[in-house]
Amino acid sequence: MWSIYLNVAVQGVLTGLVYGLMALGLSVIFGVVRVVNFAHGEFAVVAMYGAYVLFTAFRLDPLWAVLPLAAVFFFFGYALQAALINPFVGRPEHEQFILLVGVGIILVNVLLISFGPDARPVNLSYGFDSYEIGPLLIDKPRVFAAAAAIAVAAALFWFFGRTRTGAAIRACADNLVGAAVVGLNVKRLYALTFGLGLACVGAAGALLVTIADAAPSLGPAYTLIAFIIVIIGGMGSMAGALVGGVLIGVSEALAGFLFAPSMKSMFSFALLIAVLVLRPQGLMGQRL
Amino acid sequence: MIELWRSVSPRGRIVIALALAALLALPLAADRYVLSVLTLIFYFAYVGQAWNLMMGYAGQLSLGHALYVGVGGYVAALMWLKLGIGPWLGVFAAVAVVSAFGAVIGWLGFRFGIAGVYFALLTIAFAEFTRIGFDHLELTGGAAGLFLPFEEKRMGEWWNLRGGQLLFYYLALALASGAVLLVALMARSRLGYRWRAVREDETAARALGIDAFAVKMAAVIISSAMTAVGGVFYAFYYNNLFPSQVFEISRSIELILAPIVGGLGTVFGPVIGAFVLTPLGEALSAVTTRLGINAPGVKAVFYGLILIVIISAMPNGIWPRLAALFGLKGRPP
Amino acid sequence: MMVLLAAANLSKRFAGLVAVDQVSFAVAAGEIFAVIGPNGAGKTTLFAMIAGALAPDDGTVTFAGARIDGLTPDAVCRRGIARTFQIVRPFPALSVEDNVVIGALLRRADMPSARAHARAVLEMLDLADKRGAIASSLTLPDRKRLEVARALATDPKLLLLDEVMAGLRPTETDRMVAILKRLNRDTGMTILLIEHVMRAVMALASRVLVLHHGATIAQGAPEAVVRDPAVIASYLGVEAAS
Repeated sequence: MWSIYLNVAVQGVLTGLVYGLMALGLSVIFGVVRVVNFAHGEFAVVAMYGAYVLFTAFRLDPLWAVLPLAAVFFFFGYALQAALINPFVGRPEHEQFILLVGVGIILVNVLLISFGPDARPVNLSYGFDSYEIGPLLIDKPRVFAAAAAIAVAAALFWFFGRTRTGAAIRACADNLVGAAVVGLNVKRLYALTFGLGLACVGAAGALLVTIADAAPSLGPAYTLIAFIIVIIGGMGSMAGALVGGVLIGVSEALAGFLFAPSMKSMFSFALLIAVLVLRPQGLMGQRL
Repeated sequence: MIELWRSVSPRGRIVIALALAALLALPLAADRYVLSVLTLIFYFAYVGQAWNLMMGYAGQLSLGHALYVGVGGYVAALMWLKLGIGPWLGVFAAVAVVSAFGAVIGWLGFRFGIAGVYFALLTIAFAEFTRIGFDHLELTGGAAGLFLPFEEKRMGEWWNLRGGQLLFYYLALALASGAVLLVALMARSRLGYRWRAVREDETAARALGIDAFAVKMAAVIISSAMTAVGGVFYAFYYNNLFPSQVFEISRSIELILAPIVGGLGTVFGPVIGAFVLTPLGEALSAVTTRLGINAPGVKAVFYGLILIVIISAMPNGIWPRLAALFGLKGRPP
Repeated sequence: MMVLLAAANLSKRFAGLVAVDQVSFAVAAGEIFAVIGPNGAGKTTLFAMIAGALAPDDGTVTFAGARIDGLTPDAVCRRGIARTFQIVRPFPALSVEDNVVIGALLRRADMPSARAHARAVLEMLDLADKRGAIASSLTLPDRKRLEVARALATDPKLLLLDEVMAGLRPTETDRMVAILKRLNRDTGMTILLIEHVMRAVMALASRVLVLHHGATIAQGAPEAVVRDPAVIASYLGVEAAS
């Protein structure tokens, strides 16, 4: 009996790692640039469609699409921040929110116009294969996706931990005035950060399409999941985004299994409320 | 009240009087479609005004106001369907239940110091939780929804909100006008000033003896109660309620657009915003159909573009600019 | 001398650092009392404990005979203590007059009397001509006077001024000193101020408390305190004494 739960939980962990990668992008954006990116999920869905298109046109496995999509999204993010979003840094939250809602609406509806409302699956040749490890039966796509998510996250950790630019960005997050005073080009660093954040989203989208069908309606749902994960995991903590992702992945999988698939998000929202009230800095964040 | 009228500039008084007269007389000349669009405008002006109280004056960002519309609508609808109690009484129950929801959310947020984006996410969480909950609630018909049946013999019972377009037109007009009056009075009141103090700088406000918690609770309770009435209107106007429609986040976003575009923290902002956005939406639909572009989504793309343009160019909204342009600014109390 | 405010053995620690160390003093009704000392001496922390922004770890604060330590900032204000902030906090989008009206609303039941009182206070603080201006458009000296006006509008028995002279030029400092002196003389307002600007301290204070590393190193009449060797060594330097 317990092996079923274990399977569901493992499923949740793997899915959660991909969610975590998506949320990592938000953690970077919200944590550094402090912009309420309410189009985050919509960007992820665009990436899903991107991978879908590359797959149907070129037979490119989404796992290979991760790099090109991440690169494209990086440039897109950089440009978007520099051109449109930068004036909104420091403006009241509701203004940022409306701006990004507008962006999100455009993204979702362009997808709707281009692809229609129906879900588009990516039918991998190994889509139904699975690994057997003892009592566990784990689908291959999920394993690959999770592994790729960890790899991308590791690359990001390396960047922030080991490079000068990464340190500069962390400086901006910690102390904006100080950063400017020591001569860091804050505008450029913000654009870079937004680019990196969206690159994560691009990568995550490519991976998501291997475990879920692409549909425009997923946008808002993914945005909310990303925010829930970032808050539960802890603002400003990159590891927290992954941990939070896993937690949400597992809880949604279990809730969906124990109650009904349509109820799985309820638990996540309840968890969000609990975290906001009891421990707003999240599991791994610094005290607000 | 006389003081309020006196504080409006002479030009402003003429504009208000003319506008009201025109709107009251309009059904004589306009067709059903125009009346339905105006009814929608008044509805958005009304709920937008309710949200404006909480955000524009008290500075608390709620992105889950659809919760209050939905619960208000469901309570009144259930009382009608299951208990045969009409909305003229049901509205009180709706207000009571919704205010309780608002009070809980407010208490959790303000007591535990959840502010800004985090508070907004708290409100979203409650709305989403309720949406999914209602989807699975048998009492309310679950995901299949709740329907108010059309009863020929009841048409004309205006107190039960059983009637045609005309009934709802005047009701919506009354609600919107009432809301404007209420906000105008509240803005000049001691509570209104305290709200603005808390909005501008809560720490400084507390240092002046203002009980910020009480003031914020008042904002969320009044705002949610007002919105509940909008929900009752919604339920009896559309005669159906689906959790996935009524509670969803796009509804919450939809109802904040008018006050933001029109002008947050102003008395007429939500009204102007509604008068701009709703016809705009309709016009876009008309234009896209005319051009033969039948893709759903084209209208939304333009809508998104307009949002971005307005928030970039006129973040304080259209009304302050308009008022200054036409010399319509009033005097403070 | 009737004691209006008494602090007894006030202490505050922040994760191992002792910010305020067993500080005791009493402020008599109608007097102007100054707290001075180098940066980091604990003056603002002391202030925060009196104003209710921080709860003391040790010690008590008594105001008009009743304990007020641990009360919230708004409760403290309602008891009759009004404070200004070191970095001024006007309500930026509101007019100068509306800023002060909000202060006046504490004790005035209706808008007209609150507005009338606000105007009177603005008159006292030389801000009457700017009452229609939006607070965010004001210069620093005007903002400082607005801050004082707003606090004053709450009809306090004790005014807590946190470095109200900081950033002011000598002429503006003199202007503020004159206003505070007039206020104290005409209304008997008790004032407790933190100050770095010795010029103002010497002109206003009847008694001075000197803090260093969170502890009292001298207390008494200004002339005596500025000659105290410990005070000179830790804060003032030899020139200030002469």
